[in-house]
Amino acid sequence: MSDAMPNSLHTGERPLLQTIGLTKRYGDFLANASIDIDIFPREIHALLGENGAGKSTLVKAIYGLIQPSAGEIRWQGERIVLSGPSEARARGIGMVFQHFSLFENLTVAENVALGLDGKESFKDMSARLEQVSKTYGLPLDPKREVWQLSVGERQRIEIVRALMQDPKFLILDEPTAVLTPQEADQLFIVLERLKAEGRAVLYISHKLEEVKRLCDTATILRGGRKVATCNPRQETAASLARMMVGGEIKEVKAAAGRQTTVPRLVVNDLTLAPDEPHGVRLDHISLELKGGEILGIAGVAGNGQDELFAALSGERLSKDPGTVVIEGIAAGHLSITQRRKLGAAFVPEERLGHGTAPRMRLSENALLTGHAASGMVRHGFIDTAATLKTVDKATETFDVRKAKRDPEAASLSGGNLQKFIVGREILRNPAVLVVSQPTWGVDAGAAAVIRQALLDLAASGAAVLVTSQDLDELAEIADRIAVMFHGRLSAPLAAGEATRERLGLLMGGSSLDQREVAHAARA
Amino acid sequence: MELVEAIILSVLAASTPLLIAATGELVTERSGVLNLGVEGMMIMGAACGFAGAWLTGSIVVGAICGIVAGTLMSLVFALMALGLAVNQVATGLALTILGIGLSGLIGAGFVGERITPAPHLYIPVLTDIPLVGRVLFGEDAFVYLSIALIVGVWWFLYQTRPGLILRACGDNHVSAHALGYPVLRIRTLAVMFGGACAGLAGAYLPLAYTPFFIPGMTAGRGWIALALVVFASWRPGRLVVGAYLFGAVTILQLHAQGWGVGIPSQFMSALPYLATVIVLVLLSRARTGGSTAPAALGTVFVPDR
Repeated sequence: MSDAMPNSLHTGERPLLQTIGLTKRYGDFLANASIDIDIFPREIHALLGENGAGKSTLVKAIYGLIQPSAGEIRWQGERIVLSGPSEARARGIGMVFQHFSLFENLTVAENVALGLDGKESFKDMSARLEQVSKTYGLPLDPKREVWQLSVGERQRIEIVRALMQDPKFLILDEPTAVLTPQEADQLFIVLERLKAEGRAVLYISHKLEEVKRLCDTATILRGGRKVATCNPRQETAASLARMMVGGEIKEVKAAAGRQTTVPRLVVNDLTLAPDEPHGVRLDHISLELKGGEILGIAGVAGNGQDELFAALSGERLSKDPGTVVIEGIAAGHLSITQRRKLGAAFVPEERLGHGTAPRMRLSENALLTGHAASGMVRHGFIDTAATLKTVDKATETFDVRKAKRDPEAASLSGGNLQKFIVGREILRNPAVLVVSQPTWGVDAGAAAVIRQALLDLAASGAAVLVTSQDLDELAEIADRIAVMFHGRLSAPLAAGEATRERLGLLMGGSSLDQREVAHAARA
Repeated sequence: MELVEAIILSVLAASTPLLIAATGELVTERSGVLNLGVEGMMIMGAACGFAGAWLTGSIVVGAICGIVAGTLMSLVFALMALGLAVNQVATGLALTILGIGLSGLIGAGFVGERITPAPHLYIPVLTDIPLVGRVLFGEDAFVYLSIALIVGVWWFLYQTRPGLILRACGDNHVSAHALGYPVLRIRTLAVMFGGACAGLAGAYLPLAYTPFFIPGMTAGRGWIALALVVFASWRPGRLVVGAYLFGAVTILQLHAQGWGVGIPSQFMSALPYLATVIVLVLLSRARTGGSTAPAALGTVFVPDR
């Protein structure tokens, strides 16, 4: 554990922003309990904590979106009460949101204008937008509508919008969650530059390696309280994780002596036109997955992962049955239920609305995927006891924390709901599990449980296909990793060979072969 | 010639209430609120507008009474759908039912009374030009007002910052809130504008179209106005075209009956709705991305504080 006063660097210097005893109460629930934090100019300050630790509440209070129940915020030594985000912006506090606060059907320039105070004309603003985006190397076309842009470009809008207010202090909420490693590197250059200009940055991230590399100070929250302030460069990722969780995180471990057996999931030259305007065309995708094996599919979101999931799960059917083969049976033309009967199970990316019906109880949600092949229906009637038993078993096996025995799906936190969904499918003992973004937005503890469950499932002989944007996750669990780009799937790399750099290049669309050849030629 | 002029004049007169009511609803929906109570707000505007005009003898007072009535009705909607976050569709339908009943009660004492309708403009020479003179320079004030209104709304939505903020609320209320805009206040104002327009459109009927009040005299025009907003794909320019088109269809239906054309009048009355459905299909087929409707339309927003 580190001490609480590591800021010897800053002795004598006045903090740019301080919170003193900041507390936010929602009914009986203490989202923030008396949090003290000091942020200095020329500092990139990390804010760490699991989901629900109170990070978002804290930054919302600093940005004036919510009013603290007690405690105070000091800006350049002076106590301030923010009436709202516009006042925060006027004082020099900017924020880039995790879920982008953009307007899909408005243009880039209109989006930027909405984030400013509107004191300059639209024309002047557009000119300044161009200038700022050029200065910081964040190119943007002001006339395009947001729905046409990639995730990386969308984030650029947010950052440029914040920078145009010339903030002294910038809050970034998980900015790299959706970026390729190369895009993230670009962002780090911008952040270093902001720091050099004398600004302060508050940086929220789950990626501890990134924090160690970039941040000067880290404040760690747990259960709404501050547990430590430390210099992340003097910590290890494991020690930071320990402080976040308040105990050891179980090391994810593959069972020894895992045997790969017969191919259980085969995709043969699958080509599928998109069924919606912004869809991605699947382009000659082939893969083979044996029992006992985990195949990871990396790639930036929107490169055909959703379409591939739909084609594998049977949400979209292929005219040629032989394109998807489950357990040796051509299944490209079979429905979801028929594929489940063959022993396949599916966990989609979106937990609420796709993985579960939000307003239905967990037992009903268990029935929704289990009705075909899990004995929950007898003579056409629902066996309520069996559905409840599934809930209980998933709760127990996967440590799902919930208020009552059988609550509505929407009432669970993201991590717990994800544990339930993954558990629900694993308890069916599938031969093939296709899972998309298994731990997206899930805290470290729950993520470890889910990853371990996937490894255990593979160890028991099932074939597991994991789509994820989190390269660390894939490195941890996958035996082989392939990359999707523009609807095409690269040849899989063995986990040992799949370095971040090679994957990053593939994710950006470079063909690995050419680079390797060029490399070899030079050598 | 005489007949063509007469038809154009009657189309203009039939289209004006549709245009006014739909302009209001367009602004409401652009802010992300679906108020299905247009018919109810219109009929209240008709009843109160006629009552005001009959009691004072002033068309202007009548029009103001209509606007106030429509606005008050829309405030009931705003209280329920925005303040209490009740389902907007259910609230809107309830508002229509309330309006039809309440207007019958208010207007009961005025049934059978007549007033002098709103005067038409007369500019010597100009109004006397054959064919176009009366069409362009001989209308009542409501017609000119309706044109000014839609031009003003276009200018507001696309050329001013408050208009941009209103569209932003309709596109994504969570983001608008996160940026610090008072979503519910903006929406309440948009709903009130919609109510005021619906009230004025309703008042137009007994004050200018037919100089008397009968219960239920809006006869589904509120629903046509709602369809019109969709038909126009939430764009002011297309709204003007649609309003005159829908107005023309209703007039055509009367003339078709007069000429003994063998098309059932029911089919003609259904045409605006049919056209709306066809436009919706065409729009969704032609869509290349983004959404034509305001993305947050009809969704409940409760800010966290």
